[in-house]
Amino acid sequence: MKPYLREKKVFTFEDVPEDTSFEAGYLVSVNAGWRSIRPVVDTEKCVGCSQCYLYCPDGVISMKDGKATIDYDFCKGCGICAKICKPHAIGMEAER
Amino acid sequence: MSVNAKTLDTNEYFYGHKACAGCGGSLAVRGALKVLGKNAVAVLPAGCMSAVGFNFPQLCFANNAIISTFAGTASMLTGIEAGMRRRGIKDFTAVGFAGDGGTADIGIQALSGAIDRNDNIIYICYDNEAYMNTGIQKSGLTPFGAKTTTTPAGQNIHGNIRPKKNMFEIVAAHDIPYAATATVGYMPDFLNKVEKASKIQGTKYIHVIAPCPTGWGIPVSDTIDSAREIVDCGLWYLAEYENGEFTLNKDPKTFTSVEEYLRKQARFKHLTDEDIQLIIDSRDAKWEKIRKNWKK
Amino acid sequence: MAEKFLSGDEAFAEGIRLACPEVISAYPITPQTIVVERLSEMVEDGSLDAEFIHVESEHSALSCAMGASATGVRAFTATSSQGLLYMAECLYYASGGRFPIVMMNANRSTALPWNIYGDQRDSLSQLDSGWIQAYAENAQEALDFALMSYYIAEHKTVSTPFMVNLDGFILTHTYEQVDVPTPEQAKAFLPPYETENRLDLDNPKNMAFSAGPDTNYIFKYKEHAGMLRSVPVITEAEKKFAEIFGRQYTGLIDTYLTEDADYILITLGTIAGLSREIADQLRSQGIKAGVLRIRYMRPFPTEEIANAVKNAKAIAVLEKDISFGNEGAVFTNVNSALKSQGVTAPTYNFIGGLGGRNISHTNIIDIFEKIRKGTERVNFIGIEVNQS
Repeated sequence: MKPYLREKKVFTFEDVPEDTSFEAGYLVSVNAGWRSIRPVVDTEKCVGCSQCYLYCPDGVISMKDGKATIDYDFCKGCGICAKICKPHAIGMEAER
Repeated sequence: MSVNAKTLDTNEYFYGHKACAGCGGSLAVRGALKVLGKNAVAVLPAGCMSAVGFNFPQLCFANNAIISTFAGTASMLTGIEAGMRRRGIKDFTAVGFAGDGGTADIGIQALSGAIDRNDNIIYICYDNEAYMNTGIQKSGLTPFGAKTTTTPAGQNIHGNIRPKKNMFEIVAAHDIPYAATATVGYMPDFLNKVEKASKIQGTKYIHVIAPCPTGWGIPVSDTIDSAREIVDCGLWYLAEYENGEFTLNKDPKTFTSVEEYLRKQARFKHLTDEDIQLIIDSRDAKWEKIRKNWKK
Repeated sequence: MAEKFLSGDEAFAEGIRLACPEVISAYPITPQTIVVERLSEMVEDGSLDAEFIHVESEHSALSCAMGASATGVRAFTATSSQGLLYMAECLYYASGGRFPIVMMNANRSTALPWNIYGDQRDSLSQLDSGWIQAYAENAQEALDFALMSYYIAEHKTVSTPFMVNLDGFILTHTYEQVDVPTPEQAKAFLPPYETENRLDLDNPKNMAFSAGPDTNYIFKYKEHAGMLRSVPVITEAEKKFAEIFGRQYTGLIDTYLTEDADYILITLGTIAGLSREIADQLRSQGIKAGVLRIRYMRPFPTEEIANAVKNAKAIAVLEKDISFGNEGAVFTNVNSALKSQGVTAPTYNFIGGLGGRNISHTNIIDIFEKIRKGTERVNFIGIEVNQS
């Protein structure tokens, strides 16, 4: 469970609610464009300690089969994960 | 410790927000909500976290969440807690996330009122030490010496001339059931305090240091380092107030260098050696009192 | 029903008990205090099953009421004067969030100079806050507004907060014989509050959010349209009210002898009673006088007023308000209404009752006298020289 991207992104007069109340976790845009560098996980070195997951301000890291994986749609490239990673399994690489 | 990276709820409740890269405040909100879970009802006043999380139709909370007026975090929490209870709902947590200005300045009256009534709420102050959302102006929790856009550092005045307001002890003076300090640098400590607070009846207050790379003038990847160093050098402390007593959670044998902590941050780079000595002296005076009066 | 001898504040509290709000948050201010004192007694003795929350300010009073309303429960608060101004930020917030909170405001002067007595500058300064604004004339109407306000505010097509105004002291503290309906009657009249505009664990919401230039104007338009939709709901509420309680109200305005009147005094609140007496007196002298009492300042009775005064030779607007540098706010609103409907009779503004100053019998006779002859556009009662 987490907020996720929706199909409907443009809201017309009819779509705008009467009150300031709307479905929770409704996303219409990604944050990928913010990045100049991206974290890349070396799954050989990743020991699955989950510290990157614990300290990610954006919550974009999850653990799959004991390894860190990153949701690049919402990663802003801050690099906290790379710094916190003791086995140096995350490197920051330039976006192309 | 019961809450750690392995035991934490894998759901993400604060996601897709537009906070700056490396934002300490968003980490505090994200972490606390993972502890409190889907039945958390969050109140956020005007401030960074509401500005980045609630831009219709981009709505970044998976749980129930609402923006309050700037001064009204605690009073809206009171109304929500009462309303939910009236609806017969028992399994929920009313939690507020307000910044330092929203807590120590404009929101302190409503917070004091809520603690006075002992409303069953958790109030979390994410402290980035200035009004960051409006562009880094001084708040009551801006530390001595910090340069902000309203406490410029020049020949005559070296940034903010007043020390940080002591919110933790102000709140404790209400004889609140539970208060704690924390930092996003030590997430397990913070998350366990949130967990503990969620099991206590009445008003709970947690004050969590949440560095702002933009306002502090540090690289975006250094948020956690700074949030650890502030504790390690003794300018912040991890403590709890419960049953009328203060407890120090971490008593470092030696402090790391205050100067090193300060010099890494652009907001302190103008400080003279004398300014830094004043900061060290005030740290030592505080720790003398803490070690004398608080449980360890 | 039971006859009781009650002050305006007490009558309103009786009405609120019958409306059964679940959360009451209030902060004391003269001359509102009696309402919250009575309500807290009702909660204590168990005759009102509500959470009474002792907030530490008016800002928190309405902020708390908004929190409660955001969970879908009925909420009430009450204030006056400086308190209304102190919570002003929350007024706009509540209407923008479409939280149908009911608030009683005891109309009182605003500082400086300090003054605790009645005038209407507090509520009239908040005409743009998005609240329905009603003005009661007597304790019975105050009680009846307490019930009707929830019916109208909470109606699905309206969802707009409702402010009921009672003249400070003159109404809040004056005792009258009041018919207090039974709880069964109240229940038959007022349906329970149901809304989707609420925090919901099964269907989580993000509420009170930001909306940028692309959609903000649509929210504001819908807020405006919601307020306008209260007009037919007011009619519907009054019809149902009459069926159950036997008292028929008259919508946005209340007219007295206006049909054939040459000279009409438009006013609001308690002063309408004395104005009617004077109209009777003038009629006995052959002067065709009439009185129009505005019951609702928002939504504003544009067509209703124009229609009622269209044949008059001259019109006076008497109000306990002044918008400094211009004229009374009621006068501005009335003139705009008349202009839009093509009514061209001359209009004159009379500012009286500020800081609780008495508006006398003679003052009202004098108003009619002045508009028959023609006078200044804006007249301060009691100040005869250098008005401009």
